[in-house]
Amino acid sequence: MQYPIVVKNLSKNYSNKAAVKNINFKINKNEILGLLGPNGCGKTTTIAMMLGLLKPTNGIVLIDGEDIEKKRIQLLHKMNFISPYIELPKKLTVKENLIVYGKLYGVKKVLLRIDYLSEKLRLTEFLDKKTGELSSGQKNRVSLAKALINDPKILFLDEPTASLDPETGDFVRTFIEKLSKEREMSILLASHNMDEVKRLCKNVLMMKDGLLIDQGTPNELIKKHGKINLEEVFLKLNRTSNEF
Amino acid sequence: MSFNRIYGLFLRHFFLIKSSLPRILDLIYWPTIQIILWGFISLFFSTYSNYYNNTLGVILTCAILYDFLFRSSISFNMLFLEEIWSRNFTNLFIAPMRISEIIISLVVTALIRTLIGLVPAILITSPLFGISILNLGIPLFFLFLSLYIFGITLGLFVSSGLLRYGPAFENIAWSSLFLLAPLGCIYYPIEILPDILQTMAKALPLVYIFEEARSILVNQYVDYTNIKNAFVLNIFYLFIGIVLFYYSFKQARKKGSLINIGE
Repeated sequence: MQYPIVVKNLSKNYSNKAAVKNINFKINKNEILGLLGPNGCGKTTTIAMMLGLLKPTNGIVLIDGEDIEKKRIQLLHKMNFISPYIELPKKLTVKENLIVYGKLYGVKKVLLRIDYLSEKLRLTEFLDKKTGELSSGQKNRVSLAKALINDPKILFLDEPTASLDPETGDFVRTFIEKLSKEREMSILLASHNMDEVKRLCKNVLMMKDGLLIDQGTPNELIKKHGKINLEEVFLKLNRTSNEF
Repeated sequence: MSFNRIYGLFLRHFFLIKSSLPRILDLIYWPTIQIILWGFISLFFSTYSNYYNNTLGVILTCAILYDFLFRSSISFNMLFLEEIWSRNFTNLFIAPMRISEIIISLVVTALIRTLIGLVPAILITSPLFGISILNLGIPLFFLFLSLYIFGITLGLFVSSGLLRYGPAFENIAWSSLFLLAPLGCIYYPIEILPDILQTMAKALPLVYIFEEARSILVNQYVDYTNIKNAFVLNIFYLFIGIVLFYYSFKQARKKGSLINIGE
């Protein structure tokens, strides 16, 4: 069986520092894989290499069996990304931004796609508003619409609910859950919200100092480390070698 | 190569410009001010200097040509900086856009930005000072084209720096043309420069472009050798600019500057 995403022996060194050290994992169709770890542990670097934004020092990222380094442009058509650290141009309206990205991704019927996404993501009333005038919850949903404009098979979500109120956070989580099932997407979710990861992810990878230090289902990890929840596991794994 | 993607990136900037009056005014403001300022300086020279019979025409025409170069280069850099300032840079580079599509889109959009700024300035020179740049005739098209290619080339050099080093390179974007202006011999013949600077100046297409403009206006003589020399040098520098842009993208992917360039 071919996995949509295969990461083999992936490493990244910056001059004298190793940011990611020889990591391996696969993501199946219809699977949301959680990527957990403290800030600076190599999550963003890993995602950047998977998106072709960063050239790996060693190793390979296969998307549908093809090397992202060799077929970057073709493979980017199947992928998209959302991160709270990346924004859409604030002076453009929501609709203008979505038209631009629809064109960049070669979407055939952009306006129909925008109508569909705005309805699903409750954006219809903001379409003609400037993106910079929206609340963070509304902006988040616009970013999600941008990330779905090309109906990607593979989605990278970097803290998709960071700084959202509980209601909007829950709306986004439910939306992602449905999306993965209905569209058979492969999703990599990097998050610091352990409840979110437990709810959405079938499997979880734990990173620390560029290494994959553990992996399994949320329940397996909780049981293995003798803790009551994923947050406790996270704290245990990230404190053991440094603080205690 | 996809027309849709090129058009898409053009739309991204077109929407921004059309929705903002200050941006449109900013595009028009500087060229207009430059032309008015230089118009009065030229009037002064025409009264007190007998170097040229047509001082006003020469100075004002060269000012317009130089401003066209300045605007085209700055426009190209501005389009790139807009992506950095709006923290949209990463979104652009995870979209399936080829570098060639990015370059073409920026080249087309920069031309439109430049023309928005310059056309009003050209139009006011005739009623205000009785000068029309169109007096240069058909060679004017080649001079503009040559200047535009050089402006874009400078834009490519600066954008390569921005791509590789991020916003820290921003000031170079603003000052790049001021550094070249003295060597460009915009308002004076190359003979004014010291010997060593003359050698350097001859390696720039600007010298041939402005020499040609003066030759037409003062001697009413078109020397296509100057136009040819400018084009040969332009093609050479443009080639280097494109190679540099590709190389900077490759380096940025290696060093990780595409990830956090807006931060």
